Amino acid sequence: MLEVRDLQSAYGRILALKGVSLRVETGEITAIVGGNGAGKTTLLRCLSGVQPVSAGTVKFHGEDITGWTPHRRVAAGIAQSPEGRQVFGPLSVEDNLRLGAFRRGRATTDENLESVFEMFPILREKRALPSAGLSGGQQQMLAIGRALMSEPRLLLLDEPSMGLAPVLVDQILDAVVALKRAGVTVLLVEQNASAALAIADRGYVIETGRIAHGGTGQALLHDPAVREAYLGL
Amino acid sequence: MGAELLQFLVSGLTVGAVYALVALGFTLIYNASDVVNFAQGEFVMLGGMVTVFAVAAGLALPLAAALAILVAVAVGLLLHRLAIEPARGASAVTLIIITIGASIFLRGVAQIVFDKQFHQLPAFSGSDPILLAGAAILPQSFWVLGGAVLVFLGLFVFLEKTLLGKAVLATAANRLAARLVGVDTSFVLALSFGLSAAIGALAGILITPITLTSFDVGTMLALKGFAAAMLGGMGSPLGAVVGGLLLGLLESFAAGTISSAYKDAVAFVVILAVLFTMPQGLFGRRSVERV
Ligand SMILES: Nc1ncnc2c1ncn2[C@@H]1O[C@H](COP(=O)(O)OP(=O)(O)OP(=O)(O)O)[C@@H](O)[C@H]1O
Ligand SMILES: [Mg+2]
Repeated sequence: MLEVRDLQSAYGRILALKGVSLRVETGEITAIVGGNGAGKTTLLRCLSGVQPVSAGTVKFHGEDITGWTPHRRVAAGIAQSPEGRQVFGPLSVEDNLRLGAFRRGRATTDENLESVFEMFPILREKRALPSAGLSGGQQQMLAIGRALMSEPRLLLLDEPSMGLAPVLVDQILDAVVALKRAGVTVLLVEQNASAALAIADRGYVIETGRIAHGGTGQALLHDPAVREAYLGL
Repeated sequence: MGAELLQFLVSGLTVGAVYALVALGFTLIYNASDVVNFAQGEFVMLGGMVTVFAVAAGLALPLAAALAILVAVAVGLLLHRLAIEPARGASAVTLIIITIGASIFLRGVAQIVFDKQFHQLPAFSGSDPILLAGAAILPQSFWVLGGAVLVFLGLFVFLEKTLLGKAVLATAANRLAARLVGVDTSFVLALSFGLSAAIGALAGILITPITLTSFDVGTMLALKGFAAAMLGGMGSPLGAVVGGLLLGLLESFAAGTISSAYKDAVAFVVILAVLFTMPQGLFGRRSVERV
């Protein structure tokens, strides 16, 4: 579904991605794990088109989308729940969600709103409140729900477990698995490597802008080098 | 005394409504881009001047006014397209300097295309003052106030009730997230320039029968509108309206009770006072978030 080849991206003179290649297969959860500053967020920003790419290509369903605008990618079915949630703080929960459907027809918006509320019932309760007042976990659900409102074929999740209590982390990851069952392809970025690899079909380890390891989720979980460096085992 | 107060009140609200409209223009563009558009006053100038010259050329007033708004919107869109968009990614200070340059350029062009004289428009519904509780009120004041109220309401409905309006608010709240949900933020900025230009031009058309216009009225109006936006809190549409009306009232009372020579100083005093005592203004973002 997604094929990234030799992708490079820089902040000024600092190269944050030094040639990243990876594939995301339809219907799978693909995890990207790696430490602080490895380039995970930069990679997702490039995939959404909000970060300039200096070399390499991104192909989505065989089509080269490297130069596409962010809104064209959303329309094509790539949605992102960004690092740090980035909800529209002054806007209500419902408005946040409806904006998620900005590139979709009005016809399906109410239906999709309903399914997001079914997935995260707390959002229905708080639908009229400004999203700035939600707890971290609720904002995370909102960010994921907002991304789902565009009916994505590929969902990019940047550290959905960051800063959440363990019980909420489980709830969010359960939701990711449920999404996969519902047919959404997921690219999941996590520092919480063991949790992410445990639910992933395929995984990549990224180190200072390069892919260091790749394989099935289970293989990576049992790879001694990965275990030592990222799982603290 | 009561009649005098009422007189100050109405004239203060009338100029205040114009400042509020200019401040709203600042706010729309600032929210979409962090740019303070100092060419905002030139939209007001264009509104008045194009109407004056179109009427002189024989066009009926409503047509002349519509033409003036179209011209201002075209200039606003061109300003965005030719000066702001190519500099995308530059610092806010750079962009602000670009808008100052644009305002000097527009004033220069206006001086050539039009002239250096002062011009007036006939009041829309006569200039016989209406006596109200002993105060003499110009009918044009009601045009200004009514026009401002319509703009405020229209903008409110647009921002709060339409998905595109909410996309504008979302862009103001979090530009990255807006792009990630598929909002074309360049389009939102262009829209903001167009809307600001239309609002500014309308203000210029409505006020010209009272205050006259010339190629260089924009400078002072931009300053007043900026002071109003600062007072209300940069980025808050409600703040822009309240700040504009307050500034108008302050000026009117300062002119009436101290001396009209100090009228224009009020705006400077307000800017300095706001900067020193409450940089976030009355309805500024930070004070809202703290609640
Ligand atoms: N806005 C920026 N300006 C300059 N450098 C940046 C910027 N954002 C990230 N970087 C640098 O790019 C590199 C990759 O950062 P990135 O945010 O992609 O890492 P990450 O893997 O997402 O890290 P984390 O797990 O902490 O979120 C880092 O060295 C970082 O310092
Ligand atoms: Mg990151």
